[in-house]
Amino acid sequence: MSGQTLSNDYVRKVAKLSRLNLTDEQVRQYGAQMSAVLGYMNRLRELDLEGTEPMANVGGTTNRLDEDVPGQTLPNAALMKIAPDSMAPFVKVPKVLGDGGGA
Amino acid sequence: MNTSDIHSGKARDRALASLRRAEELDSRIHAFTQLFSEKAIARAEEIDAGGAGGALAGVPVALKDNLCLSWGRTTCGSNMLRDYESPYTATAAQRLIDAGAVIIGKTNLDEYAMGSSTEHSCFGPTSNPWDLSRVPGGSSGGSAAAVAAGIVPIALGSDTGGSVRQPASLCGIVGVKPTYGRVSRYGLVAYASSLDQIGTLTRNIGDAASALGVICGHDPLDSTSSLREVPDFSRDLDAPVQGLRLAVPAQARNPANHPEVSRVFAETIEKYKQLGATIVDVDLPLIDHGIAAYYIVAPAEASSNLARLDGIRYGRRARLAPGEDLFELYCKSRSEGFGPEVQRRIMLGTHVLSSGYYDAYYNTALKVRRRIKDDFDRVFSDCHAVLMPASPSPAWKIGEKANDPLAMYLEDVYTVTINLAGLPAMSVPAGLASVAGAQLPVGVQIVSQAFDEARMLRIGRMFELATDWHTRRPPL
Repeated sequence: MSGQTLSNDYVRKVAKLSRLNLTDEQVRQYGAQMSAVLGYMNRLRELDLEGTEPMANVGGTTNRLDEDVPGQTLPNAALMKIAPDSMAPFVKVPKVLGDGGGA
Repeated sequence: MNTSDIHSGKARDRALASLRRAEELDSRIHAFTQLFSEKAIARAEEIDAGGAGGALAGVPVALKDNLCLSWGRTTCGSNMLRDYESPYTATAAQRLIDAGAVIIGKTNLDEYAMGSSTEHSCFGPTSNPWDLSRVPGGSSGGSAAAVAAGIVPIALGSDTGGSVRQPASLCGIVGVKPTYGRVSRYGLVAYASSLDQIGTLTRNIGDAASALGVICGHDPLDSTSSLREVPDFSRDLDAPVQGLRLAVPAQARNPANHPEVSRVFAETIEKYKQLGATIVDVDLPLIDHGIAAYYIVAPAEASSNLARLDGIRYGRRARLAPGEDLFELYCKSRSEGFGPEVQRRIMLGTHVLSSGYYDAYYNTALKVRRRIKDDFDRVFSDCHAVLMPASPSPAWKIGEKANDPLAMYLEDVYTVTINLAGLPAMSVPAGLASVAGAQLPVGVQIVSQAFDEARMLRIGRMFELATDWHTRRPPL
């Protein structure tokens, strides 16, 4: 956790992990803005957090389970209607296997 | 209930009046992403004919456009979902409908509720009804502006880090964020799931109590919604809290606050003293670390939640050039669909969750989160509520902070810790600031123990009964 400026290469790497294409201008701009925000977060280092357990949510930490009773689901036609490309009852996507790329 | 007149008149007349006011004003305010004129009038006629009724029979309401409805569009202010038609309706919206409310439209917001000014919307910014050159706050700025402008008496918003309370403060209305889990999040498009909560924006506390009574309660469709019984928030609303003890954190009297915010806050404390309250000075040191913790936790959850928006099953899908693959489809669709603030937060979240940084950022923020909650719990062992400003500033100029995300994030200093701790809180109109010739509303925030909304509303009502700030209207 340093106050360093994120390098352009690192910003591009995070963008790729985030499934975003950035222009060179965006890389510079987001890099500077994210560096400022992360620099501000350094103040958390001032705190002595020894012995404090992380808390990911305020509710209970146990799952509440439903009875195993079948319920209603959305009809396939309703989902096909909002799909960008479909061949009912399926959503069409570009080729995944073979030369489909590393996604 | 001695509040507003939302419960009187024919539903059709009220729907028409609301729609007329929207038509008259919205070209200047841009509070709405859509109006459902025909559907609203038809529904109102049904209610007048006795077809439906309930606690909100015939009341015109507006919904923030990140709440799903099975008609119209659910855009989230995003090009990604600009044409998205939800196949289902959010539980909170359905409960309003079942109680007889008439949904007249959906309101503008920062894209996916990420923002504090309602400038980050694919539809452009919403204006503050008090000064059209200024922001209404955000991210529920459209809902706040619609209520402040008198278009609807009740609007729903969502509050992940202050997105109901801060715009309420900047627009001079009442904004309530209930306890985490009090209102079902089913059908609320997720931003940061451990922080998100649906809340109400209204002109007064009575209307908030009515609306909360309808939307609160367990929902089998949201396993994090609380099983606790929902009290009648309206019943004892006017009864003052005896022996009221209000905590005022030293961190709330920050010299960095706008001087007019400091003045209004000091006057509010004096008013509560006059009303018999004991003011208890407390220390909540982690308020100063809340922003840092919040802007780790929220983007982390956002980066995960928004991964589902990939151009495959719904939403915008980019066109591929020959030879481009599935990975490129994800990247292109998301880059075309998301605006800059959403892209920044997704990247920030991806960074803080990445191996090598997880402990330094995310895990540290979760420890701070626990400490923040422990600090509040300690205060509540001795006090009924905490009093703080809702926002360190009155409304600022549109564009003023647009290129400085950190400056915008710092506006959330008094609201984000409450979401991290899962507590209920509300902003109530507490004064007007004179800023560059404009009169701008300033709210004060009341924070309560988890599931103590009924008493929190009464504490707010004590102030409302003793002041007339909630009756002030913008010069439209």
